[in-house]
Amino acid sequence: MNAATAVEFDTELLELNARLRTDRLTLPLRGDDDVVGLRKHVRERAVAIGLSLVDQTKLVTAASELGRNTIKYGGGGACHVDKLADGFRNGIGLLFIDNGPGIPDLDLALRDGYTTGGGLGLGLSGSKRLVDEFEIDTRVGEGTAVAVVKWKR
Amino acid sequence: MERIPILRMGDLLLVTIQVDMHDRLAMTLQDDLTERIVRDSAKGVLIDISALDLVDSFIGRMISNTAAMARVLDAQTVVVGMQPAVAITLVELGLTLHGVKTALNVEKGMALLGKNLTR
Repeated sequence: MNAATAVEFDTELLELNARLRTDRLTLPLRGDDDVVGLRKHVRERAVAIGLSLVDQTKLVTAASELGRNTIKYGGGGACHVDKLADGFRNGIGLLFIDNGPGIPDLDLALRDGYTTGGGLGLGLSGSKRLVDEFEIDTRVGEGTAVAVVKWKR
Repeated sequence: MERIPILRMGDLLLVTIQVDMHDRLAMTLQDDLTERIVRDSAKGVLIDISALDLVDSFIGRMISNTAAMARVLDAQTVVVGMQPAVAITLVELGLTLHGVKTALNVEKGMALLGKNLTR
């Protein structure tokens, strides 16, 4: 886990996350089975804050896509599953961190259908559409952090 | 090794996915199904996903690939029972399951396969 936090990532969403976080659960992402475990935990948290079934499904699906990216492209890492509260609403924040090769061309990576891994190229771009907030901080040769938030409507 | 059972009924193969699938399991199912289509000379494949609370791009691709492989092997595939929340998420994710026939439930799926098979 320490290895996965060696890079100091810094994005607006991370700051927001740190300010509004009331609870955190950290799950390692090393292989296939960890993605299944992540989906289960994210679902439980989403149910706990009362997300609608559709929003639960969207968040869990985004978690599955991004968790797979962390393992497949980032060489493994971790996901922080955070409960967020800003006084008016509750939400779930997911923060994926790896110490992989980074993403050289982020605009390209965010394009529908672009893939370097033989997949459908929907992981990043598709996940972005499934959540309310989405941010990436990536450093070539250092790693990638992806932060997403889904608010309860 | 963990496997999803494939049942044979006449010239149809039936699969009910009832576990949260990890990627390897999805790939195993794809391989098993194509093999069984040939071994059992199956003409139709019915995949029931009513118990799945998520279809991400990997599972979606597995379903599309399976349908495409089945087609090449002279069998038709129908996916049945997709939950509404899964359908909404799938489309927003950008997956359309192109070339995959769907039906609301097993009965309608069987009818669809039967009708197509006796054509």
